[in-house]
Amino acid sequence: MTTARPRVENTIGHDLARRATRTDRHGTAVRPARRRRLAGRGGLIGWILVAPALLFYAAFVLWPLIQGVQFSFYDWNGIGASTWVGFTNYLTVFTDPDLLGAIKNAFILIAYFTFIPVIFGLILASLIRSMKAGFFSSFSQTVLFLPQIIPLAAAGIAWSWMYAQMGAVNQILGWVGLGDLARPWLGDYQTALPAVGLIGSWTLTGLCTVLLLTGIGKIDQSLYEAVRLDGAGWWREFFTITVRGLRQELAVLITITIIAALSSFDIIYTTTLGGPGRATLVPGISIYRIGFTQSEVGLASAFGIILMVLVLIVVLPIQRLSKVRDQ
Amino acid sequence: MSPTPRGRRLRGAATATLMASITALIFTGCAPGSAPQSATTATDVSTQLTKDKVQLTIADETGFPLTDDLAKEFTKQHPNITFKITRDTFQNLTANAPKLLASSTPPDLIRLPTLGDTVKDGLVADLDPFAKAYGWDKWPAAQLAPLRMTKDGERGSGSLYQLGLGYSVTGIFMNKKLAAQAGITTTPETLDELGDDFAKAKAAGVAPLVEGDKDGVVNFTVQAAMNQYADKQEFLDWMFNKSGASYNTPGNVKGAELIRTWADKGYFPSDINAVDYFTFVSRFQDGGGVFTFNGNWEAANYAKKLGKDVTFFLVPPAKKGGDHVAMGAANSFSAAAKSKHLNEVAYFLNWVHTNDKARQIVVDVTGAAPGGDPSQAQPKVEKGSITEEVLKAAAQIAKEDGQVDFMANTTAGIYAGAIIPESQLLVTSKISGQEFVDKVQAFYEQEVKK
Repeated sequence: MTTARPRVENTIGHDLARRATRTDRHGTAVRPARRRRLAGRGGLIGWILVAPALLFYAAFVLWPLIQGVQFSFYDWNGIGASTWVGFTNYLTVFTDPDLLGAIKNAFILIAYFTFIPVIFGLILASLIRSMKAGFFSSFSQTVLFLPQIIPLAAAGIAWSWMYAQMGAVNQILGWVGLGDLARPWLGDYQTALPAVGLIGSWTLTGLCTVLLLTGIGKIDQSLYEAVRLDGAGWWREFFTITVRGLRQELAVLITITIIAALSSFDIIYTTTLGGPGRATLVPGISIYRIGFTQSEVGLASAFGIILMVLVLIVVLPIQRLSKVRDQ
Repeated sequence: MSPTPRGRRLRGAATATLMASITALIFTGCAPGSAPQSATTATDVSTQLTKDKVQLTIADETGFPLTDDLAKEFTKQHPNITFKITRDTFQNLTANAPKLLASSTPPDLIRLPTLGDTVKDGLVADLDPFAKAYGWDKWPAAQLAPLRMTKDGERGSGSLYQLGLGYSVTGIFMNKKLAAQAGITTTPETLDELGDDFAKAKAAGVAPLVEGDKDGVVNFTVQAAMNQYADKQEFLDWMFNKSGASYNTPGNVKGAELIRTWADKGYFPSDINAVDYFTFVSRFQDGGGVFTFNGNWEAANYAKKLGKDVTFFLVPPAKKGGDHVAMGAANSFSAAAKSKHLNEVAYFLNWVHTNDKARQIVVDVTGAAPGGDPSQAQPKVEKGSITEEVLKAAAQIAKEDGQVDFMANTTAGIYAGAIIPESQLLVTSKISGQEFVDKVQAFYEQEVKK
C-alpha cells in the first residue's frame, strides 16, 4: 500500500490540477496545493452540514441493518430470550424449496417490472418526442404518468377486480370473441404470476416514459438533424441517437425497477397473497410472514439480508456498466 | 466521477467500522431479546368492582362491533368504567399482538386468536385466580380447554389465559330454494349423502358449493371432512401441540382425499383461488349456490338477504347416527400481564358471561353462543329464525361433546405458511390428500421444534 500510494497520488494530483485549470471561472489557474487545502476545509464544513442527515441515516438505516445482521444469527421470536444458531437460518433459506421458489418468482418478475416498462417507456418517449408540442402531447404524458401516482396497494386491489372471473378483462375478451380465453387470472397457476407482473408493468411504464422524455430533451437536437440528413429513418434515429443518449437514464430506470421487482410486496399482498399455491410467492411476502406471523425474527432477518445481497449483486454491475461506458 | 483516494479511504473506513460493529455485536454475546418476565405479580384478586374512575383499553379487530356494544352497556351499568377501543385488521392485529403486549402501555384486553409464545414470554395474564374467585372453573371443561396453556406451550391444559366474547360453531348453510330446484328436500345425514346432494345440484345446473380460497377459508370444508373420520382426541392433541402428536393420521388423510374427490368432480367453483372470504359470503347471499361451509357468525347476515330460504345444519357424520364433530372456538381475548386493571378486566369478562343483557348482546350481534354456565337462562331469539337453529346446533355439539378447535389455530404460522397454499393446491386437484397432510405436518414440525 505504502509503495503504491505516491504513484496514485501523483496521477490523481495531476488530474486534479488539470481539472482545476479547466474549471476555474476567473481564468487563473489554481495551484493544486491550494486546491487541496480548500478541499480540506470544505470537507470539515461539509461534514458538519451533513451531520444531521448522517445521524438520521445511521439511526434509521445503518443501525437497523446492523441489527438485522445480528438477528439473523439467532433463533428469536422478537420478544423473549434468543438462542445463537450460527448460519442455520441462512442454510434454511437456501435449502427450503418454498423459499427458493419465492426467490425464483422475484427474478421472473424482473421481466415484467423492468424489461416491459423500460422498452415501452423508450418507444412511448420517442413517439411523444416526435409529436408536436401541444395539448395532445402533454395530455398523453399526464395519462401515462397517472398510474405512478396511484399507491401500489390501491392499484393491486383495482386490478384484482379487473382480473376476476366477472371482471373487466374477461368481459373485454368476451366482447372481442375471445371468451374462451376467459379465466380467473389471479387464481390460475399459469397466469397468476404474469398477471401480477403486468400490474407492475402498468405502474412503472409511466415513470419510465417521463424520465426518458426528460432525458431525450437533453439530447442535442443537431444530432437528430445530422442523422436525418444522412437519410436515417425512425428506427436508425432511435437506436443511434435516442438509446445511446439515454444511457444514464436507462441505468437509473433499470436499477429502480429491478429493485422494485426483487423487493415487491404490496401488489402481491393485495392481489394473491402469494397464491394460488405458491405461484406468486415472493421474498417480500415470505419475510413478512416469517417475521410477523410466525414470529421467527432470525429467519426473517437472514432472508432479508440475502435479499439485500441479491439486489446488490444484480444492481451493482449495472451501475458499473453505465460508469464505464460514460468515460 | 472516479473516487479520490481520500474518498476511497473514507469509504474503506466506513465499511470497516460497519463490519467491526456487526462482528462486535454478534460475538460479544449480547443476544437480542430478554429472558421471560417472572410470572405475573399477583394482584389482590377482588370480585368487587372498584368505585374509582377507570378507563379500560381494548384492542380488537375491525368489522366486529361486539366489543363496542358490550362496552356501551357496561358503562351504562357502571358509569365509572369507560372504554377505549382500538381496532386493526385481523392480520395486522395478530402480527402486532406480541409487540403491543410487550410495550410499556399494553391494551388491558386484546383479541388474540393464538396464544403462540405469549405465555412463555410472560405477556398475558394468568386468569386462574379469577376463575377460582368467580367460579368459572364450574363451566364446561371443553369450553375452556382450548384457552388453557401449560408453561411448555401445550394448549388444552394448564392455566387459563383467555376467555371468549361469544363461542362459535361451524356447519353448513343451505339455500332451500336452490336445493328444491335440484331436488334436494332434506338435509343430508351422512357425508356420502352430502356428496350425493352435490352431484344432484351439479346435474341440475346449480353450483353445489359456494367457496373461496384466496385467503384459505376452504380449510373450514377440509377440516369438516377430516373431523368426521379422525380420532377427535388425536386431532385435538395435534392442535394443542402435544409432543409426539401428528397431523398425518389415517382419518385426516381420508378427509383430505374426500376433498380431492369433490375437487375432481368439479363441485368447487372454478375460480376458487381468486375468491376471498367476503366475496364468497356475498355470493351465497345472492343465491350463488346450494351449500356453503361457514360459521354461526354469518347466520344473521345470510338471513338478512335470503330470509327464510336459508337453513343451517351441522356437518353430517361419516356413518348414519354417529356423533357430530364441528369446529368451534371462543372469540378469544387475553388480558395483558402488565395491565394495571386486571380486577376490572376480569369483572368485565365475568359480566359478559353472566349478565343477561350482555349475553343477549352477544347473541344479537354475533349469533354466537354466549358461553358460561349452561344452566343459566339462554338469551331470547326469534322462533324459527336461523339464529335459533344455530344456537340449537351449538347446544347439540356441547351435549355430544363434539367441539374441536380450528386447525388454523394450531400454530401462529401454519395457516399462512402451509394450510392456505396447500389447500389451494388440493381443491384444484394439484395434490393428493396424502400430500396435503404430509406438507402441513412438515411445516408443523419445523415450526414447533423450537
